[in-house]
Order: sequence, then C-alpha cells, then structure tokens
Amino acid sequence: MGISTEARKVQALYNSRRHFLRNCMSGLGGVTLSSYLGGNLWARDVPKPGISNPHFLPKAKHVIFLHMAGAPSQIELFDFKPELQKIDGQYCPPSLLEGKRFAFLSGNPKMLGPQSNFSQHGSSGAWVSDYLPKFAKVVDDVCFLKAMHTDEFNHAPAQFFMYSGSPRTGRPSMGSWVTYGLGTPNEDLPGFVVLISRGGPSSGKRLWSSGFLPTIHQGVQCRSKGEPVLNLENPPGVDDHLRRRSIDIINKINEAEYQEVQDPEILTRISQYELAYKMQTSVPDVMNIDAEPTYIKEMYGVKAGENTFANNCLLARRLVEKGVRFVQLYDRGWDSHGAGPGNGVGFGLRQSCQYVDQAMTALLTDLKQRGLLDETLLIWGGEFGRTPMMEARTGKGFLGRDHNSEAFTMWMAGAGIKKGFSYGVTDEIGFAGVENRVHVHDLQATILHELGLDHEKLTYRFQGRDYRLTDVHGHLIKDILI
Amino acid sequence: MISAELRYGIFLAVLLVACEGLHQEEISFNNEIRPILNKHCLRCHGGVRANGNLSFLFEEDAFGETESGLQAIIPGSHRESQLYQRIVHEDPELRMPLDNKPLPPEDIKLIARWIDQGAKWEKHWAYVPPDESIVPPQTKISGVENPIDQFVFARLEESDLMPAPPADPATLMRRLYLDLTGLPPTVQQIDAFLADDDPGAYERLVDRLLSSAHFGERWASMWLDLARYADTKGYEKDSNRSIWKYRDWVINAFNSDKPYDKFSIEQLAGDLITPPSRDRLIATAFHRNSISNDEGGTDDEEFRVASVIERVATTYEVWQGTTMACVQCHSHPYDPFRQKDFYTSMAFFNNASDSDIYNEQPKFYHFDDHDTLEIKEIIRWINTRVDSTERVDFNSFLYQQREQLLYNLGHRVVEAEEFNQSSPLIELIWPDLDMLWQVQDSSWIRFDRVDLNNVEQIGFRTATPLDFAGSISIHLDDPKSEKIGEVKVTKTGSWDRWQGTKPAKNHLFKEFIARIKPVPGEHDVYFRFWIGDTYIQHLFYLDQIIYYEKQPARHKYGRELNEKLNALSSFSSLTTPIIQELPDERSRETFIYNRGSWLTPTAKVAAGLPGIFNEKDKSIEDRLAFAKWLVSTQNPLTSRVAVNRFWAQIFGTGLVETMEEFGSQGAEPSHPELLDWLAVHFSNDLKWRMKALIRLLVTSATYRQAAIADSIKLEIDPENRLLSRGTRTRLSAEQIRDQILAVSDLLDRKLGGPSVIFPELNIPESNIPGWADQSVNSRYRRTLYAFWVRTDPFPAMMTFDTPDRTICVSHRVRTNTPMQALNLLNDRTYFEASTAIANRILHDEDELSQQIELAYRMVMGRSITSTKLELLSTLYSDTINHLQAETPENVSDSDEEVKLKGLTMVANALLNLDEFVVKG
Repeated sequence: MGISTEARKVQALYNSRRHFLRNCMSGLGGVTLSSYLGGNLWARDVPKPGISNPHFLPKAKHVIFLHMAGAPSQIELFDFKPELQKIDGQYCPPSLLEGKRFAFLSGNPKMLGPQSNFSQHGSSGAWVSDYLPKFAKVVDDVCFLKAMHTDEFNHAPAQFFMYSGSPRTGRPSMGSWVTYGLGTPNEDLPGFVVLISRGGPSSGKRLWSSGFLPTIHQGVQCRSKGEPVLNLENPPGVDDHLRRRSIDIINKINEAEYQEVQDPEILTRISQYELAYKMQTSVPDVMNIDAEPTYIKEMYGVKAGENTFANNCLLARRLVEKGVRFVQLYDRGWDSHGAGPGNGVGFGLRQSCQYVDQAMTALLTDLKQRGLLDETLLIWGGEFGRTPMMEARTGKGFLGRDHNSEAFTMWMAGAGIKKGFSYGVTDEIGFAGVENRVHVHDLQATILHELGLDHEKLTYRFQGRDYRLTDVHGHLIKDILI
Repeated sequence: MISAELRYGIFLAVLLVACEGLHQEEISFNNEIRPILNKHCLRCHGGVRANGNLSFLFEEDAFGETESGLQAIIPGSHRESQLYQRIVHEDPELRMPLDNKPLPPEDIKLIARWIDQGAKWEKHWAYVPPDESIVPPQTKISGVENPIDQFVFARLEESDLMPAPPADPATLMRRLYLDLTGLPPTVQQIDAFLADDDPGAYERLVDRLLSSAHFGERWASMWLDLARYADTKGYEKDSNRSIWKYRDWVINAFNSDKPYDKFSIEQLAGDLITPPSRDRLIATAFHRNSISNDEGGTDDEEFRVASVIERVATTYEVWQGTTMACVQCHSHPYDPFRQKDFYTSMAFFNNASDSDIYNEQPKFYHFDDHDTLEIKEIIRWINTRVDSTERVDFNSFLYQQREQLLYNLGHRVVEAEEFNQSSPLIELIWPDLDMLWQVQDSSWIRFDRVDLNNVEQIGFRTATPLDFAGSISIHLDDPKSEKIGEVKVTKTGSWDRWQGTKPAKNHLFKEFIARIKPVPGEHDVYFRFWIGDTYIQHLFYLDQIIYYEKQPARHKYGRELNEKLNALSSFSSLTTPIIQELPDERSRETFIYNRGSWLTPTAKVAAGLPGIFNEKDKSIEDRLAFAKWLVSTQNPLTSRVAVNRFWAQIFGTGLVETMEEFGSQGAEPSHPELLDWLAVHFSNDLKWRMKALIRLLVTSATYRQAAIADSIKLEIDPENRLLSRGTRTRLSAEQIRDQILAVSDLLDRKLGGPSVIFPELNIPESNIPGWADQSVNSRYRRTLYAFWVRTDPFPAMMTFDTPDRTICVSHRVRTNTPMQALNLLNDRTYFEASTAIANRILHDEDELSQQIELAYRMVMGRSITSTKLELLSTLYSDTINHLQAETPENVSDSDEEVKLKGLTMVANALLNLDEFVVKG
C-alpha cells in the first residue's frame, strides 16, 4: 500500500530524530529504539524503548520452552537412584526434614523408590526411564541439567520465579524480556507466543505478562481451536474484502487528519492498521496445521482442531520457522501428589509421559532435520522437582511425591548447547544437588546468553530501579556451552 | 628556556583562571555539581556502595572522614581536597572514576571552583519545600486567562514560540467532557453549548461538568491505578475479594470534592480518627488492596510482611513521588534515603492487624440499603421486649448491634470461615469463600476469646457424601490440649462432583452436635479435624458452628420473638476488608531486614520519618500523625506530586514527566516555578480542593489551545513539553470503551455498586461470587465497574495499557499496536455499537451525506470535512456494491438491511479513526 509505505518511511525518520532527542535530552541514554513488529509502537510518552541489537553474537535466534506445569518427578524420569530403591518404604531420617518447608508433607513420611524402570541410552549412555521410550532414542542431542534448584516450593511462586526471576507477580516474563531486547524478525506475527494444553499453568495468564515492560511485549496466547488470537476474526458479515476497504478508508482519513494536525503518532497508527490486517492472514496461516503433510502430522501425533500438546509442538515449529522469537508451551498435569487416581508417580505420571513423549521427541527431530535446531534453543522442564519421600495422603495406594525445590532435572537442546551431555549430580536419593548445581537464575542467564544478551545489561528502569530478569543474581553455565 | 612570550602567556592564563575564580557567580550544587556526582561517582560512592567509606548522597558522609583518614572535600581549598586530587591524578590506577575515562576538564573545573567557593551543599529541590513567594511572571503574549498562562507563555517567549489559536468550540467541548467526566458530549449538549453566546459560557460548562456525578467516575479511574484496586486477591489462587465499596468511596470522595488532605488522611489512617465512621473505615481499604496469598503451604507471616512492605512503597510512591522499593534492601542508590528509613516508615504500617489469613479479617460488615431498614426495625422491635441487660445500645454499627443482640439472647451461630487463625491445609470454597473445604486430617481452625460460660453443646453444620467422613474435636487454648468434646461427621446426602463443588441445597447439610465438658470463662477454642474411614482429597464441608447455652435467654420469650431472632440472624452481610490497628498489648516490633528478607531481622527500629524529612519534627509516632504530616506544610513533596498528577491527566504529561520519581533520578520539571506555584496555590489558597485545582487547569488559555502543530513547533517543541499547542494524547482504555458505548447510546450510566461481570471478561461461572453484578442488563456499564481479576484482567483494557493492578502504577505508558487495531475493528461489543449508530442515522436522516454527517457528529462532536465525507461515502458505496456482487439475487440498494450494513461499516470506520481514540 502506498500510504503505509510512506507512513513507515516518515515514521522511521521521525523515530530516529525522536530517539536522538529523547536520549540526548533526558540523559537516560544507552538504548535504541525497537522496531518491533515493524512500525514504531511507542506513543510519545513511553519512557524507555527496547533495544534492538544483541550484546554479542547470538547462538540462538529462537527459543521454544516446553513447560510441564505441576513439576514432573525427576526421580521417575531421568535421575536414576538405585539407593532410593533400597530404602523404599523406610521412614525418612529426621535429619533430612530439619529446617525444610514442604507444601504438604507432615509428620514422619516414608521413602519412596522410583516407580519406573531405568536403562541407559545412546552413545552418551544417558539414563532415561521406560516412561519416555521415544525420547530415550534422541538423548544424544540433549544436554541434561540434573542438579537444578529454585527458591520456591509452591507452584505459582515457582512458576513466576522460572519466568520472571521473582516469585511475586508484576515482573516481565522471560519471553517479554527477550522481545524487548531483540525485537522479532517477523513483523506480521507476535514475537512471543504462548500455547497451552490440558488447562495451562495454575498461575494463569500472569505468567506471560510483560509486567512493567510495555504491553506489546506481552505473550500472545494462540489456540488451534476457535479464534487463534483474540479479536483476530472479522465480525459477522464483514469479509476480507470489506475489511480491506474499510482499513483503506480509515487510513486515508487518518492521513487527512495528519495533514491537518501534523501529529506523527497518526502515522504510527496507520502502519499498525496495516499490520493488523496482515496478522489477520498470517496468524491463521501459521496456526493451520492441516497444511502439514501427513507424515509430519503422524510424527507428532496431532489431533485436528484441538489444543493438544502434540498440536502445540508442531505449531511451535511452524512459528519458529516463520520467525517468532519466543514460543512458550505449557502442559498441565504433572503435579504427582498421589492424591487420587491419575495423580501419582505410578500410573498418573506414566500417562502424562505418554501424552508428551512422542510430540516432544518429534519436535526435536523435526527441528534437527530442518536445520532449525542450530538456531533454536529447545528447553524442557518444570518449576521444581519432587521429593524422594512418599506422599500418601489417601492411604489408598496412590503413591505420590511432594514438591522439592532442591533438585530437579531439565534438559536443553540446540543452538550452542553441548550434545549428549549431562551436567550436575544429586545426592544418592535425588533430594538435593551436590555437584554443579544450577539455580533458576543461572538457567535464565544462560538462555539470554545463547540469544546474545548479557543478563546483567538487559535492564529496564522501573520504580527507580534497574530491573533484570535475573534480579541481582545468575551465573552463566559455561560448562554446557559448545 | 622558556621564551618571554610564552612566560607572559602562562602568566595571563593563570591570571585569567584566578580572576574567573574571583568573579564567577556562585556555583549551584544542585544544578551543576550534583549531576556530575550522580553521573560519575554514585555508582561506587552512593547508597548501595560507599567505597572507601565515602558517599556523596548525604552531606555528613561527603564531608566526613574517609577510610584513608583523609577528607574528600575541604571547603575553600580544592588542592587539599581528595576529591579534586583523585579526579586529576596522573596514575590511572588511582584516578577517579576508576577504570573509566577521566572527567571532562570543564567538570573538573566546576568541582574545583565549587570547593573553593566553600563547597556549599544543597538538598535536591524536591526535598526543599516549594517557594511560597513565587509570582507569576509577566508575558507579552496576549490571551492570558489565569496565572498558569503567564508561566507557560513566558516560557514560550523564551523559545520564540507562540501559543496555538484556541481550539474550535466543539473540539474543545469534547476535550473538556472527556477530561472532566470521561464521557463525550451528546449532539444535543453540543448544540446547546454552541448556541450559548453569553459571556462565561465555557466557565459555566466547566462548573456543570465538575458537579456531574460522572466526574467522580472519571477521576476514580486515575486513583484506582494508584490504589491497585481489583476484585481478586492476586497470587496463584487469586480468590475473590469484596472490596468494591472502596471503589465507590473514591467516586464519592471526588464527587463531594473531599479536600486532598482529608482524602489522604482517611485512606491512610481513617481507622484512627475518632469517632469511627463507616466511610472512614472503608477509606482505609486503600491499603487492603495489596495482594494476599491463599495458596496451600504458604507462611501467612511471610505474605503479611510482604503486604506491609508493599504498603510502605505504595505510600511513598503515591504521596511523595519517591521510589522506596530499593530501600528495603539497601540505602537508596541515588537519593538521600538510608535503609533504616524504610523500616522506620514500615513501623507506621506494621501494626495493622490483618495477617494474610484467608477470610481477610479485619473487615467492615454492613448490609445493603434494603436489609438495613428491615434489620433496624427488627432490632427495635426486639429491644423493646427483652430485659434491660439483654438490650443493645444504638451507638455501635448496625452489624455490631445485631451480633450483640443475638449473643445476648443466646442465639449463637458463627460462620466457620470467620476463624481467627488456622493450620495449613484449610481452605475456603470458591467462589464466595463462605465455608471450609479441603479440611485435611489433623488440621485445625481457631476462634479467639469465645465465651463458653453456660455452653454445653457445640453444633457443626456440615455436608459430606461419605459414610464416615471424619470427626471434629474441641480443644481449649492449645490444639494439642485434651479435647473437651468430639463428634463424628457422617453422610448428609449426595451430589455431583462433591470435591470442590459446594452443596447447593440446604437439605444436603446436617448439624452434628458435640456435648462438651462445661468450662467457665472465655477461651481460644480450637476445632480439629480427623480422618474417618474414607478419604478422598478432603474430609467434609463445614459451614457454621453453633454454640448452645444451657439456658439461653431467648427461651424466656415466646415464639414470635424467637422467630424474629431467627430472621435477624439470617440476613447476610456485605464485607469490606479494612485496616485496624492492633491493641497496644499485641503491637508488633519492627526490625530492619537484612537485604530485605523477613527471615533475617537485624536491628529493632521505632516509627519515624526518613532522616531527610526529620529535621524539625521527631514527634511523629503513629500512622495518623504520619498521614497528617504528609499533608502538612512541612512536607515538601505531597502537593507537588498531587498537582503533577492532575496536570498529567489534563495535559498528557506531568510537569515532572516521571510522576513516580521526583528524586535525583527523576526528570527535571518542564516549568519548575509553575510546579511550585501550583503546589503552594493548591494547598494554601485552594485548601486542597481538587475540583478547584482542575477548574484552574481547564480554564487556562493554555488548555484551550488547538491541538495543531506546525513545522516550527515540531522543531522547537516536538513533544509539546512547552505547551505550544493543545494536548493530543491517546485516551485511556476506560475512556475508549466508555466513549464507544456513549456515542452509540448503549451506555448504562448507573453509578456505583458491585463490580460487573461483562460477557467479554469471559469469567467462568464457577468463579463468579454471589455479590458481583451478573445481570445481562449491566453489560454496558462504565468500564471502571468491570470485575477486575488480577491474574486474568480485562483483555481489551490490557491491550490499551491498563496496569494489571498488582502494584501501584503512577504512569500508564501509551503504546500504539496492531492488537489495539484488532480490538477496535473486531470486538463484538464495539461492532454492536457500530450497528447501533447505523440504526440511529438510518432512522433519523434520509440522505446518505446527512446520515454520515450525523454519525460523524455523534462520534466526534464536530462537523465533518468534505474530504472525510467523501471517503466515508466511498466506503458506503463500496460496501453496497460488494454485497450486491456477492449475492445479487438477495440484494437491492433500497433494501434497509443492505443500507444498514453499509452504514455499519461507516460507523465501524469512525470508531477506528485516530482522532476518535485521541483527545484532540
């Protein structure tokens, strides 16, 4: 469109001048304007725009984070503990409980041995249980972090901690920090997309909030069922032709208004209406998994028209392929307390594993075969781990484990991360890390590093303070980088 | 050998420098030296780090002895001052700033001269009270309406700018309506105003709008961001919170023009003013809007402390424009606040009795207007028929009267969820939190100081479908003491999905009665819950606890009185969480927390003001005194911060752009003298009356300018900080939705009341509390009444930059995004509004051009230009042509339906225009 191209040009000129004025006049300096989603999104009073360049050469262009909300048991999946099997059913030594806070454990609990069968896989010899048979075949592409730990032992605070570096609400999510820091390569799609299966995380939409960063950095929830993005579809009776015509007229009137009042903000609005129109086509396109060949759909195990984890994995690949910066998946159903059928580390956890095993393996394989894994960081994990102590609330034979902030396993793959590698060791019963422990802030620092961002320099001034994703902590995990 | 010429040259240079030193004007620490120190020195010699025991934040530290035993600044001699020696040091390892380029020579010169002139220290301007002697300057520019214009025009003159011409009356009127009431004028209102030729028509309109009931709604929106008002509690559970009475209090406070000093004191300390009043107690809910955590396994004390810390930070941000969040961990990096200052301030707030418990006590209990009349009547009726010792006096609040009367007559029913304390693993059932569920084995609840004299039985109204669900034991003063009674809870009925679904019907509940050992006196009573023979996730639901006395007074009276008593007991109350001070004997001590962590308390502190304010008055010891000090003449900031907020609402940007930050990291005021003059005028002359202040702002000529830029204005004043034209800022999220509903005449203008469940909020049925307004008829109420869920806020509002209300936000950013375009283009409610406009114009006018002219006037308040009319006519005919091309058999252009569709597209376009979403 003539108008929009012109508007963009004028806008770009205006931006560079405004940028100059802002940074030189207010002395807040040091940052450049984000060209996020194409045109300029900033009305005149936005205090500090984003930065659009990495601090150093990035390894990853994209991130896909698979979050198993509720916290999967490391003891049944990756952290093989034969010693724990030996003391199965014995009372927990009180020394292990001293000074510890738990969500539910009380009194004197018994120890619970692993409920799955472990074997070693691949040339790296990684231990994976029979709960994840498909994933076991790709372990040579993966780096395990086995001594993860966090500060929080309840779901919501731990989830906030994982994504915002703080257990409280109000801070920006990791995906928001990343789009704030880097912008996004594809102007026609949101830079930070969230996909949900089985109900999503317990802490709700706040988890992908942009916090004090401007709302454009907020995660946009996309769905494979119903309207893919809120307000994306035209109202009844308005088809694409009418929408196109009305946007043309709206923009022409806005242009006339601009001629009269000379407010450059109008030009920004003109370009945003063009982008909105493009999103109306580009988002449904990318969300349409029917376009994939059958063998790919079978590889992931997708189900048309549903918000399944498998669909979301395939969508994640499509989104990354189209240039989306940060794709966040949440799958619910991993909180294995043993409070009832389907909620234990036996049958329940096995079911959840079956639900994700094929799709997450397919995602890794698919990214690899397309060469996308080299520029995409794939991360898998939960908000914390689970205790080696048994939780048996019902006394009815449903075996469960309580929350454990001291040890859990995550894995990463792709973009600059070592392959077939395992980092960190927990004690003999998998209760706490004893070697190469990785704190959540360290993980965050490392993710940003792979994207070319220095976690100490990616800051935003709010309430008189420069905030960071990693608060005042975080160390890069150098040992896992190639 | 130095040549004579060179020697002479050196001599001259030295002479020049020396003369410069003698004759230079005095150097201002604030204007010239502090910025250098802030930029280059505070990182290592500030509030976070004071390397070498030197900090430039506080006068006493800057002039004190450093680690090396030397003094950094020796007034009068820059050569002897370490500060000077180190910035000019030849050795890069000793030169300051360390590991950095040396300071620019002109900065070094300034510092040297400042030291030589005596190194006079100044407080930052924000901590010095505004100058009361400022007189509005003279200006040659004509058209001054009030003193604001004198300041603004004089500043424009300095920059060789002229103000813009006055806005056309219809545009100005729309601006004024939106600013004062948040709603645009109707076509009739515009016509009436344009027809009023009498002098003072504009001022009369201002006065009319200031007295409109919608004034309070519009300004409450601003304040509710600061108050972080929401209808849920935050964190993971995000349970519902009934606190909408506070929102109505704010609306009423603006409407009744409550002076800002009273407005402030009541919200911060209304509970400490005697005698207590319902309104003043509800005002204290300001600080009960802090988030609280109902999640299992959390430590209530941790989250109580978190709330108190948040209240301190919020108080300083709202009234002082000062960010204190960083001071909880360490001294302020850039402003003169020591870490201790945070905790002495915290001590003012630390004695509030609320403690993050589930039922949000303390609460103010009240009844709706209809019930109030009936209850008063019943109490009066009973009171005249019972013994004098059993009567109630009418001085207390109605709820207390009812409770007292029921108690006096031995009718003692207690809601189980109103416990004073509980073990973990006790939860309240959603969405109303009106009974216990998730009662787990060996968990307990405690009621404080229960009168057990003459009590011989205790009943428990419970529900469960399990045969033997569990038992309840009763203990005094300690949950592990010997039980004084016990009762089994068995099957009361069956219903679907009993876990988490509360029994809807009364007959599903049964009362189980425990006989207790008689014990005299008042006791803290513990009820403990024990597993039965079946257990699935939880034991049973517990709704009420009933104390049975041996000979309750009610038995003396006949059936009629007892029936009245039952009726009296059955009225349910509304509740609002409030602030109440703990009694002296239970008051809490306040400690400095190491690095802000509540688990590591260090030194104990007493309540007091931050050091920078504390020079005169050390007698401020409680929250009420603190609140009064905030709005006293001793406080340098409150009035400035307040006038700046109102200014920003009216003119788009604050005189100080950083509304949340007036300290040394804040922006310099665009018009410092105007800020101070306004601050003094507001507190002294206007006696803190907010309406008078707003009136002053909107009756200025500055406000009435047209919002039209030209190349000169864009060059010299690109962001309109000098106010060389009218303000053109995007409307707030609330204003945008309200405006769409108003111009389409869908708006329901009802004032106040419970928060409303709009369909577009998509709140699941099971999450909607009984007190919320769910009526379909309320869907077009104003946006500020939307039921606000913190974890899932109103999507369209978030798209237009509303904060999520988790914490206090002074300053909404204004973005301009494609998501906003999608919202305005496609939102179903907004499209309904387009159809409503189309219907109206189709009905009222015959010709297309008249229809479009009318629509434009309804939407924009002014007349349409020919260009815009032509473009919209094209959209109309394109739409009709397209519809005919798509389905020629069904469509003819005389068809009303088709016309309506065409006009709907026109209206939809109007609601998407830039000029519609900005205040022009």
